[in-house]
Amino acid sequence: MSDLLLPPELRYAGIIEQRKNEDGSELSILNLGPTHPATHGIFQNILLMDGERIVDGEGTVGYIHRAFEKIAENRPFYQITPLTDRMNYCSAPINNMGWWMTLEKALNIEVPKRAQYLRVIVMELARIADHIICNSVLGVDTGALTGFLYVFQYREKIYEIYEEICGARLTTNMGRIGGFERDWSPLAFKKLDDFLAEFPAIWGEFENLLARNRIFMDRTIDVGPISAEKAMSYGFTGPNLRAAGVDYDIRVMQPYSSYEDFEFDIPVGKSGDTYDRFCVRNAEVWESLKIIRQALDKMPEGPYHANVPDYYLPPKDEVYHNMESLIYHFKIVMGEVPVPVTEVYHPVEGGNGELGFYLVTDGSRTPYRLHFRRPCFIYYQAFNDMVRGQMLSDAIATLSSLNVIAGELDA
Amino acid sequence: MALETSVIQNTLTDRFESKVSDFQQIHDILTFEVNSESIVEVMQFLRDDKTLRFNFLTDLCGMHFPDAAVERQLSVVYHMHNWYDNVRIRIKCFLHGEKPEIDTVTGLYLSSNWQERETYDFYGIIFKGHPQLKRILNMDEMVSFPMRKEFPLEDGGRTDKDDRFFGRTTDNC
Amino acid sequence: MSNSSKIITDAPAPEGFSGEGFFATKLDSVVGMARANSLWPLPFATSCCGIEFMATMASHYDVARFGSERMSFSPRQADMLLVMGTIAKKMAPILRQVYEQMAEPRWVISVGACACSGGIFDTYSVLQGIDKIIPVDVYVPGCPPRPEQILDGVMRLQDLVRSESVRRRSSPEYTELLASYNIK
Repeated sequence: MSDLLLPPELRYAGIIEQRKNEDGSELSILNLGPTHPATHGIFQNILLMDGERIVDGEGTVGYIHRAFEKIAENRPFYQITPLTDRMNYCSAPINNMGWWMTLEKALNIEVPKRAQYLRVIVMELARIADHIICNSVLGVDTGALTGFLYVFQYREKIYEIYEEICGARLTTNMGRIGGFERDWSPLAFKKLDDFLAEFPAIWGEFENLLARNRIFMDRTIDVGPISAEKAMSYGFTGPNLRAAGVDYDIRVMQPYSSYEDFEFDIPVGKSGDTYDRFCVRNAEVWESLKIIRQALDKMPEGPYHANVPDYYLPPKDEVYHNMESLIYHFKIVMGEVPVPVTEVYHPVEGGNGELGFYLVTDGSRTPYRLHFRRPCFIYYQAFNDMVRGQMLSDAIATLSSLNVIAGELDA
Repeated sequence: MALETSVIQNTLTDRFESKVSDFQQIHDILTFEVNSESIVEVMQFLRDDKTLRFNFLTDLCGMHFPDAAVERQLSVVYHMHNWYDNVRIRIKCFLHGEKPEIDTVTGLYLSSNWQERETYDFYGIIFKGHPQLKRILNMDEMVSFPMRKEFPLEDGGRTDKDDRFFGRTTDNC
Repeated sequence: MSNSSKIITDAPAPEGFSGEGFFATKLDSVVGMARANSLWPLPFATSCCGIEFMATMASHYDVARFGSERMSFSPRQADMLLVMGTIAKKMAPILRQVYEQMAEPRWVISVGACACSGGIFDTYSVLQGIDKIIPVDVYVPGCPPRPEQILDGVMRLQDLVRSESVRRRSSPEYTELLASYNIK
């Protein structure tokens, strides 16, 4: 099987020479190149086509490899959060919170209830934002531009909420070890209430536009299916696995940050095709809205961060008057925080599945090894298997519904 | 009935004796070491045994310990997850620093295909029997293995950085 | 109620001499005005800045009102190349190929810190700025830049385009600029 090490173009050129169809036509190679309007991000797929049907394909990735894991070995713990933002950049707060929770596990820090509920709210908002992009761009790829323009306005509303909490729109770098850097202002809660009042009607309209639309259903039903066993073997997690019928969700399996206090369903599909993935993500948005409402209703009063002066910056006015605060401030900013020698693996339910952080510390100010278990990287391997025998436009729709985000793919 | 870590440890040591060793409970995950020659049979047992049922390979990554003894300088770390009893384990296999080779587990879990390629790309660990062991994230022409500790992080070609302002000397960067 | 005499609905006319039924100006100004108000972008979106570009393209910030109605993904039909996001060294030859395939006149906007200078990724695998391989006209800093900043970059480019001479692309300075990047 050594010819699998050849670049795919050469390997397919060899196959084309050997095989001729009965009507005299030949196979052809199509380069679904790194820059392509339909790929959301930079990854290449070289396809061997028989006319419009795909016979075989191979994906090449790494066109945006930014060496996150290597960078993380050289940065103090607070400086790694901007890196985590840029993995799944459509739902950056989930990555941030996952990283803080990993550190809190390693340092045995208990986060107060209020901070946990606030984290849940912002993670579910991020999940909604991620699914907005995925489903509306799936519409765009099948030709329905209206949904994208209509629903993207609500991503702007989510950005405004993020801005009120942490100051940034997209790459949020939100939170601290033990909680948040400041309590949420009343304006943030007001914006959140307005969002919760307006968005359900809009999402209902978006669903109506596409979910029972004859053309959309013809384009997406039985396109890129995958069976549950194969999906589990390929390491699928998240909405793609739930569309195949397996109800695995880390928020239920291994609840973190008080998810066990909330009641929500896990939507599950049947055949793992593109339509099921679309419907599962739609339903997950409804569930996320439910969780946010429950968290707002049950929001406890209390501190918004844990009492860990070794790791949490003291308020600035205390730094100017109080000796211990000055020392803590200095040590934290310089990165000299006491971290035990340990290893910890903490998964969170990202927009695409189980986002895991495997952290190995050696007592110094930077991690010894930080490995990100990135769901996109793991399930993108199955793409060529899923589209074998299908037509090219089906491959585009499948790729779109898998929600492959290049930042998470390559890290 | 939950799967206790003592059950996992005893079942494995009864079956594999000295090939598995060094059982530790680090936070909430049982961690143990497996001989690199026996990884495929241990993983197959973990997956197929009726009490253990570790049906999901969560993660596969490599690590480099330049300060360790040369037979244990590189390692591959596997995280497995039992969805029936909600138990996670971590398996470590230590490999020789100059000739790191281990069998592939692509026959057991399809998800390990690209993860092993990534580990090869970063550390140079050869997975014997892998159908397509070539570089995945870095450029194909690269000859060195960038995640090893001796490889520098930064691009060597920049001329506009003045290391004096960053406190960098030839010793510490 | 707004004062309608203050609302400007037409693009400002270039300098010229007008009279009864005619307007005389330089060809450069007319061509510049036409080009500036119909820049078709080639969105070369690689990472997070690409999502901010999607926000710019969407209805809230709407880059279409600046003339960029049609996103061209074919280099031949695009006027400006918007490089948004980190360019890794593996991607650099492809960026170069896309730039070379663009037809003159072509402009390049480098959006985001990663495209301008490598950004926070000072690593072995990231190209430290696209101006190492292609000439850039406008740099938009930010990580990611707000859509208003991206639009500001497009507007600065429009100023450049409006004031550009029709003969610039065949001038010896331009040929020398391309030669310094080894672009034929």
